[in-house]
Amino acid sequence: MCGIAGLIHRGNISNVGSELQGMLQALKHRGEDSTGYALYGKTDGKNFIMRFKVGENVAEGSSSIKEDVSVYDERKKIVDSYLLDLGAKIVKEERILPYSLRYEIEYDKDLMEFSKKIESVPGVEILSLGKSLEVIKDLGNAKAVCERYSLDKVMGTHAIGHARMATESGVDIKSAHPFWGYPFSDVSVVHNGQLTNYWNNRRGLENKGMRFMSECDSELIAVYLAEKMRSGATLEEGMKESLTGLDGVFTYFVATKDSLGMAKDTMAAKPLVLYESDDLVAMGSEEIAIRSVLPQEIDTYDPFDGMVKVWQI
Amino acid sequence: MANLKTNEKKTKAQSMGLHTEVLTGKTQQKFFNPDEAENFFYWGTYDVDFNKRTDLDVHEMDCKDANRKIDELMSQGYGTIVIKNPQGKHSLGVGILNKLNLIFEGSLGYFGVGSIDGPTVRINGRVGWSCAENMMAGKVVIEKNAGSCFGAAIRGGDLICKGSVGARTGIDQKGGTIIIGGDAGAFTGFMMQRGRIIILGDVGINLGDSMYDGTIYVGGKIGSFGSDAVESPMTKSDIDWLKRKLRVAEIGENFDFSKMTKVVAGKKLWNYDALEPTEKKGAI
Repeated sequence: MCGIAGLIHRGNISNVGSELQGMLQALKHRGEDSTGYALYGKTDGKNFIMRFKVGENVAEGSSSIKEDVSVYDERKKIVDSYLLDLGAKIVKEERILPYSLRYEIEYDKDLMEFSKKIESVPGVEILSLGKSLEVIKDLGNAKAVCERYSLDKVMGTHAIGHARMATESGVDIKSAHPFWGYPFSDVSVVHNGQLTNYWNNRRGLENKGMRFMSECDSELIAVYLAEKMRSGATLEEGMKESLTGLDGVFTYFVATKDSLGMAKDTMAAKPLVLYESDDLVAMGSEEIAIRSVLPQEIDTYDPFDGMVKVWQI
Repeated sequence: MANLKTNEKKTKAQSMGLHTEVLTGKTQQKFFNPDEAENFFYWGTYDVDFNKRTDLDVHEMDCKDANRKIDELMSQGYGTIVIKNPQGKHSLGVGILNKLNLIFEGSLGYFGVGSIDGPTVRINGRVGWSCAENMMAGKVVIEKNAGSCFGAAIRGGDLICKGSVGARTGIDQKGGTIIIGGDAGAFTGFMMQRGRIIILGDVGINLGDSMYDGTIYVGGKIGSFGSDAVESPMTKSDIDWLKRKLRVAEIGENFDFSKMTKVVAGKKLWNYDALEPTEKKGAI
């Protein structure tokens, strides 16, 4: 069933790591196979932050296999050498878990070429690449992932997240949300629902040079929107086109460096509760997610079918 | 309650030729026995005094504990219960089968006040999906908005939302009245079978899709009609009934009923006995 949550502070920054943790933990009954965070932090905007994995955290039902840490080390070495080849300079390097890394990079060339090169290393996937965005996703519920990656102190303007009950693909990080909007920096997507024209769309997008890292239908939304923007559409235009271009039932959130958006399919089959004020927009699959950040009595509503909304920071 | 599995002597019902076999299973053991007085009472109900009032703060409770506490208070005769800090919790106030004044000071999550039969409920907040699902009787008033599947499969009673509601309001409705003060989403009245829905605002696409019977009144714009939903002329009886109903619901004062659209089943999808049209049932 899955649960999604998101919030955007308009005109100020807040502890979005802790806030999103509370929202997603309130939705843990909707799925705790994996949890993912897309956090838009406060940075100087000079360097790219690349979150990537060199291996999997594997659970029962996964399509991935367990590997030795020495394999991860070998992959990391190849990534480092490829970065040199690309002319990218590693400013800061953190190995958060044996399979999960965070690099700050100086780089000013084509991101698609960059991503293709890095992801040509077998078992390596860029989870996010951006000057504000950091995608953190792993197995377990929101609290467990937050503690594992020390996210409770992350300050930022906005964030989206996902509590996953695996139905369409394996229990592993590559199938977990959020999905990065490859090859655009700072674009991420979370989704609740099922897409029924996944393969048709995927084949078409792959022919246009877009990449898929999993067989999770939700990844299609990120790739679909990225392709639309690559063709010149604005985020909102791409989202509106997705209402007819994507078939199935869905509610999804998409975030960019300075905006947060939501879209709901024309069947309105997937839930969403929304709170809007001048300072803050908070939304989630259930009201209890919003209540974790706004315990006082507030006015909320269910967006109607076919609704698309985008807010700026 | 008769335990039919161990009962050697025939009950009166069995003497009349009914169910002489040994029945097992929890449901079968609750088989009606006219000799036992307890069968003439509604299980799980209490005699309550409306003047006996109490507050219940559910901030630290989960929904099970909160519902148990409400049940306990009713068993002590409390007839007016005010729930404080519901904070969007799911499944609060469900399965209440007796008269009761139940007031929520805040919003509910999913499945609020489902399967009720009799209480008068006021919710000073919003409700999530499937509020009052399977309601049999009583009155529920929501002061703010409601989520999707509002009043799913209700059999009776009045369900009133003063704000707007999500999609599939009154899905599978089998009786009673749903009144919406604001707008309603797509598939309102989907597969409804009896009862009435009144929407004072606009309504989304596929209104009354595959409805078998019942009536939908819309005060604003209609996104589109669903399969087999058709417009029907408003009659004086319709307007008289609407005026009465909205007055009781305390919304829609000075509403211009001449702008209302009445929607009923075209009955082209009917695939069952045509001897059961609305007019032969006597009332909706």
